[in-house]
Amino acid sequence: MLGQTQDFEPISPPRPRETPLALGVRRLLRGRSTRAALVVLGIIVLAGLLAPLIAPYDPSAQPDIVALKDLPPSFAHPFGTDPYSRDVLSRVLYGARLSLLIGVLATIVSLTLGVAYGAIAGYAGGLVDAVMMRVLDAFLSIPRLLLLIGVLVAWPRLSIGALVLFLGFTGWFGLSRIVRGQVLALKHAEFVTAARALGASRRRILLRHLLPNLVSPIVVAATLGVAHVIVLEAGLSYLGIGVPQPQASWGNIIQDGADQVATLWWMSLFPGLLMVFTVMTLNILGEALRDAYERRS
Amino acid sequence: MTAPLLSIHDLRTWFYTESGVARAVDGVSFDIGAGETVGIVGESGCGKSVTALSILRLIQPPGRIEAGSRIEFEGRDIVTLGDEEIRDIRGNRISMIFQEPMSALNPVFTVGDQVAEVARVHAGMSRRDAWERAVEMLALTGIPDAESRARQYPHQLSGGMRQRVLIAMALMMKPALVIADEPTTALDVTIQAQILDLLVDLQKRIGTSILMITHDLGVIAETTSRVIVMYAGEIVEQADVDELFAKPHHPYTEGLMHSMPHIGHDQERLNVIPGTVPAPTDWPHGCRFRDRCPYSWERCEQEHPPLYQVGVDHASRCHLAIEPERRNHPHPPLVVEEGVAAA
Amino acid sequence: MLRYVAGRLVQAAVIVAIVATISFALIHVAPGDPFSAVLDNPNVSENVRATLRAQYGLDRPLPEQFVRYVGQLARGDLGWSFSHDRPVREVLASALPNTLLLMVIALVGSFALGILIALIQVARRGSAIDHTLSGISLFFFSMPDFWLAILALLAFTYWLPLFPVGGAVDPVMHEYMGLGGRILDRLRHLALPALTLTVLASPGVARYQRAALLDVLPADYIRTARLKGLTEREILRRHALRNALLPIISLLGLSFPALLTGAFFIEKIFAWPGMGLAVVNAIGTRDYPLVVGGVILGSIMVTVGSLLADLLYAWADPRLRAH
Repeated sequence: MLGQTQDFEPISPPRPRETPLALGVRRLLRGRSTRAALVVLGIIVLAGLLAPLIAPYDPSAQPDIVALKDLPPSFAHPFGTDPYSRDVLSRVLYGARLSLLIGVLATIVSLTLGVAYGAIAGYAGGLVDAVMMRVLDAFLSIPRLLLLIGVLVAWPRLSIGALVLFLGFTGWFGLSRIVRGQVLALKHAEFVTAARALGASRRRILLRHLLPNLVSPIVVAATLGVAHVIVLEAGLSYLGIGVPQPQASWGNIIQDGADQVATLWWMSLFPGLLMVFTVMTLNILGEALRDAYERRS
Repeated sequence: MTAPLLSIHDLRTWFYTESGVARAVDGVSFDIGAGETVGIVGESGCGKSVTALSILRLIQPPGRIEAGSRIEFEGRDIVTLGDEEIRDIRGNRISMIFQEPMSALNPVFTVGDQVAEVARVHAGMSRRDAWERAVEMLALTGIPDAESRARQYPHQLSGGMRQRVLIAMALMMKPALVIADEPTTALDVTIQAQILDLLVDLQKRIGTSILMITHDLGVIAETTSRVIVMYAGEIVEQADVDELFAKPHHPYTEGLMHSMPHIGHDQERLNVIPGTVPAPTDWPHGCRFRDRCPYSWERCEQEHPPLYQVGVDHASRCHLAIEPERRNHPHPPLVVEEGVAAA
Repeated sequence: MLRYVAGRLVQAAVIVAIVATISFALIHVAPGDPFSAVLDNPNVSENVRATLRAQYGLDRPLPEQFVRYVGQLARGDLGWSFSHDRPVREVLASALPNTLLLMVIALVGSFALGILIALIQVARRGSAIDHTLSGISLFFFSMPDFWLAILALLAFTYWLPLFPVGGAVDPVMHEYMGLGGRILDRLRHLALPALTLTVLASPGVARYQRAALLDVLPADYIRTARLKGLTEREILRRHALRNALLPIISLLGLSFPALLTGAFFIEKIFAWPGMGLAVVNAIGTRDYPLVVGGVILGSIMVTVGSLLADLLYAWADPRLRAH
């Protein structure tokens, strides 16, 4: 009858697999360019992981420093040899392993620091937040490379672990800003007030309610962060303050050929190309994830 | 009888989306005469805004005006016009006012500049002349101290004033038709009345026709002389305004009228038409209002009703036109019977 | 507006102060002595060592050292460069203009090129040109700075010898050239480094501006412009761009760090005598004061740059200007 009030339909049960992470991944798999990027990245990562199995030579072996040095690409040495007669292809494969590993580990450090700092600042609010943000601004004013140069020159002969830590310590600034912003926004959200009305402790609110909302910026920051670290580590190694020689990293290989850039062109070309592809694919994936999450909100 | 100013024949605007083809406007035909104010009323999703956008060819992909649609204006078919010709019409012969005055103005240009731009584009006026005309127009729309207001930026004006600016912009070239899409919905109630009065007044002075699109029957009653009721992409009723209010024929129109609260009547609950509009990707076979209609019967499920003539200049898309006795046997709408009932 | 400017200036000062503190921490937290390269070097005479120790107050308690340090910085004294045997300030001051030259050219060039590419992409969005340009942008964006510089060096000085290999002027012939010749010589040496830095910075701008334009396009006022009968091109150029340029000004401020670090690598590879080359060489010689001085100077440059960009933004946005 017209004039009757409306009856409400029952709420349908929640569909499975609707976690933020799952949604992001699903959207990723839908795009053509992101699928291609995943494949290429997968190949590079696999090559790095399997380096000990598939590298044709020992990356540090110097078999014949007179006859086999400085050879251009050939069938026996597809990426040529370096001034120490080491096979460049093997070094590039091991370099992939090391550079990717450093990238991932350093990013994990950055993420942890960034989330912690941002969450504390955002949740604490007031003077604590203001001070923390000023300090953050100061760190943001120092270009990351400069900061690393300043630190690394003071510590000659760093271990790779320490390098990872320093890279991590310098990469959390941007993310902490984003996290702080999210925390601030969510702090005043109604569901948090509701939780507090129910007697939930501060820590519980932080962990159970706020952190799940941070998944999206964290995942995006992680993907793009790894790309940044890879480029940064290469640059530092190129300057001689990154991965210590004679370990193979992409930057190191380029540095080895730096003195004779024109004649040993293969030492610059191949590691660089691989770096570009790795970073490109990471960028494509990171941005696709960011688009996917933004469209959701 | 003089030829109508605008004549729409079988307009179909469909949107090709991932979830299917949304037939937002599905066979709409009507005329607008010179100097007339015609209203289109309906709830959100009925296709009234899309109709308005179609008239000015502002539909963007994935939407498309389907072949076979015709919009005749000043001797030409808008649907098949070239880009340059359509641009010649926009803002010049037909203009449009929107719902959101907040965001419809560019924040980085002065208000005067934006109004003057119309004259520079269409009449090739110099900056100075266009500016002067813009200030005149702004004064005409009742903005006090128009000369200095014109030099201000949109964020410095109130919502009501911004809407006046947009009206001034729309009337700069004294167009033959102004389309007003919910021009007062986003404004305060007191301002609403002012803006409506302004539109009616300007129309009399300049002699334009107005196509007033709204969901508010009050606006229809105040400003229009003829009304079109739309539902689910179609016209379901058309009549002169007095006739429509006195003798609504289509059950949907009835429902709309009943849902208006009346001052002076005691009412505990608001009257509501049960159910919701079906999805435009999936219009039901037969009458599209069937599920929510208190009178529907088997014919309504099987036959899609055409527009029947039910009075002088009064058409209704309802089988009650040929079986009027069914009106004496109302029943609970099907959507309530089939759906889940609470208490 | 004045209040905003004052506020930003105070902010900038605070940031520089914190940067100074961080640098101090860097110098003194490092293991051993940052000057150990000099102080432990048996070839350095005891006199020099004593002088240095006294000068830096290395034998004084830490808080006192900090005060001296701040005092020195306030006077613009950045310490002594061992490898150049001159004050750090002098070394950097003579190198700074060269770096600024590169950065300014690259800034202007990359923004012009980037905005142009973005406009082309948005005007033809969805087309093959749009996708191709996006791909090329991404390719160059993902490149490490030094790699592109190496490739450019290889390509345009060895394989196609169009430009000189490095330096700012011809080391032998420059003095003997006439005025015209000298200008041309400088330009020839400037061209490749400046171009490379521009190409490095452009994709970032292009991608950002493209996104900004696409953000603006669905706006209601764009629809209003279309209703007025403007062509798509006029709409893009007059209405969309003006609004999309505002976020670009923010990008201006944000690009200084990247431009500076890019300049560092470019200077090293092209032997361009700027701040970057000085610092990079100081890494090799472990000339720590010079390195730290470079870090401080670089941070100040970035802070000033971002301050200027913020002020420019406040001036450009009428919504902020009126208040």
